[in-house]
Amino acid sequence: MLKGSLGLIALSGLLMSGTAFAQEKIKVGVTATLEGTYTVLGEDGIRGFQTALNVLGKKVGDKELEFVIASTDATPDSAVRAVRKLIEQDKVQILLSPLSGDEGIAVKNFAKTHPELTFINAASGAQETTYVDPAPNFFRYNMDGAQWQVGLGKYAYDTKGYRKIATVGEDYSFIYTQVFGLVLEFCGAGGQVTNRQWVPLGTKDFASVIAALPDDVDAIYLGLGGGDAVNFLNQYQQAGGKAHLMGGSIMIDQTILSSKGNAKNALIGTLAASGQADTWEDPGWQKFVKDYQDAFPPNKRFPSPSLLATNYYGSTMALILALRQVNGDLSDNQSKYKAALAKIELDAPNGKIKLDSNRQAIGTNFVTEVVDDGKGALFSKVVKVIPNVNQTLGYDPAVFAKIGLPSRTVPECKKY
Amino acid sequence: MTRFVERHPAWALIVIIAVAVVLWLIFAVWPPGLEDAIGRKRVFLNAVFNGITLGGLYFLVASGFTLIFGLMRNVNLAHGSLYLFGGYVGYAISASTGSWILAFIVAFILTALVGILLQVLVFRRMEGQDLRQTMVTIGLSIVFADLMLWACGGDFYQIQTPSWLIGPVELPLITALKSSGEPVYLRYPLVRLVIFLASVIIGIAMWLALNRTRIGMIIRAGVDDRDILAATGVRIQIVFVLVFALGAGLAGIAGVVGGTFQSLSPGEDIRFLLASLVVVIVGGMGSIPGAALGALIIGLAEQLGSVYIPTYAIVVTFLIMVLVLALRPQGLLARR
Repeated sequence: MLKGSLGLIALSGLLMSGTAFAQEKIKVGVTATLEGTYTVLGEDGIRGFQTALNVLGKKVGDKELEFVIASTDATPDSAVRAVRKLIEQDKVQILLSPLSGDEGIAVKNFAKTHPELTFINAASGAQETTYVDPAPNFFRYNMDGAQWQVGLGKYAYDTKGYRKIATVGEDYSFIYTQVFGLVLEFCGAGGQVTNRQWVPLGTKDFASVIAALPDDVDAIYLGLGGGDAVNFLNQYQQAGGKAHLMGGSIMIDQTILSSKGNAKNALIGTLAASGQADTWEDPGWQKFVKDYQDAFPPNKRFPSPSLLATNYYGSTMALILALRQVNGDLSDNQSKYKAALAKIELDAPNGKIKLDSNRQAIGTNFVTEVVDDGKGALFSKVVKVIPNVNQTLGYDPAVFAKIGLPSRTVPECKKY
Repeated sequence: MTRFVERHPAWALIVIIAVAVVLWLIFAVWPPGLEDAIGRKRVFLNAVFNGITLGGLYFLVASGFTLIFGLMRNVNLAHGSLYLFGGYVGYAISASTGSWILAFIVAFILTALVGILLQVLVFRRMEGQDLRQTMVTIGLSIVFADLMLWACGGDFYQIQTPSWLIGPVELPLITALKSSGEPVYLRYPLVRLVIFLASVIIGIAMWLALNRTRIGMIIRAGVDDRDILAATGVRIQIVFVLVFALGAGLAGIAGVVGGTFQSLSPGEDIRFLLASLVVVIVGGMGSIPGAALGALIIGLAEQLGSVYIPTYAIVVTFLIMVLVLALRPQGLLARR
């Protein structure tokens, strides 16, 4: 009985404190993949988010930001469930969500049912999210998977002399988008993509996939991430694989390059492209790397931030800076805030970012090669920087629309 | 065997033809027409071998599960957690001592201890109450998963393959003929062969222990009728603890195996629990040969599926489960 009444007092105290400060708080919901195959990616995303809070602070004028974090597992329904919980139960006003491609498409569609709220994409990169029927209250400050591959196809064809490649990728929208960007450019340059293999997200046993890789190609492109990528590399090493490799943006990333074990060494020399390069010398990037390293002890982080940390950092930056521009004014269905978000130009760690009319980022892309730092740690070394990459990849929008949406078989391997 | 042929001559003929076709597919050099139709022989052979070796891993997990169920009628839904726990222990040992073999021994002992604790502290208190046991073990598996996430993080761990097992070996199976007529032999990862052999040895040892020893006799008697066995004066609780320890220890060993040729991360516990449930449902609850057959079927279905119908590969295993449940609900090799 005593225990019960004590609990009641504590509970009412909590509720009272809630109402007392409600006026001065702005609630923000954050989702990340903290379960399943992409757990490591979600964890590092949250580290990027924390780093941004350390740098920018949580105050907006006289108001304080309050964050609620929810976990997803990279499936669209888990993302919608988490977002719905944040809105209905935690009453958040702004969302920083989601992390993964399919989640992005689902959350964008869900955003339309809550036009009064603001959704800022955290890190997801499927093309469809902002390209097809975009939601007016959904803003994306990172590039999509195809933009992140810009430069890779040409570099492989011209500099490395690859003529025929095959691809292996996870079977979902973000990797479709990545392969879309690669195929468009590589085939446009005159190369051939002979074979595209798709494996379910969360595949553990890749031995048969590895056996089915063609051996008459110059390189094999890997569009895998998280646990799938680690498993692939491990079994690739056991099978004695020797082909040249190329990698997608979450394959050649600290989430994989700093995994435990030595299977990752197969990646040394691998060509890749992404929205960041670990060893870029730009002072803004170096400062971000240092902020990230200072924020966490070495065994609780990667040697250098992953693409996910960078994306979460950029999105959080947009969220806070735009909120400061309007001095935390969320009245009139957040219309002033949305206008500020649409206009804002970010000086993000990975280059300047601005939004197009679909509220999709136009940013900088990096072609990289994996190097060993001599102490056993792997990093992506920048070989080419390409500024101002837009969603239609430099194509005329009408031509781009004819290519079709990324899928298992689109685009065809030809010059558009 | 002869009884089966006498009773079902038509089925026996079909089985013999199927076996002959499979043997021909494995040993013969494929004519060019066949290669055009279903792809290269190297891919097929690899898929078959991978299916068999993956089946070996599934057997290790599922045999413990089925043994515990067969004797105690406990549906231990925390079995996947034991797998993952064994894997993490194996990683810690192999990373600190560099010994792969030691990783197996320690993982077996520690998971067996956890199994003993589970049996003594949890299952003994709710004997015969299926629903309560199920709910409690689901709860425990969630608690274990979060504890392991807390201790090990969401990172991917791979147990280092010992250097003498890295790389492929050539098997005396011809995959193709070069234009000069010189045969090309199948190259296959050595570590998977070793792991498969080990699971076969464990399987045979378990079968021998169950069928040729006194303790095996007691366990078999317990599976058939627990109450009568207890009435004859056998201290059944000790047998229970022993079997639980063995089942849990096998899951721990499987964790080390899985950590070596796949990887360890949060979520693996559920995946292997699901795999062993499917294997045991297909093979028949409580039967060791059933677990072996089920593991082989599921492993082959997964691997051949991932090569020949990649889009629907996930569905195939469940389709098999549905078929078995529809046609032979007690499982393929169930005794009752």
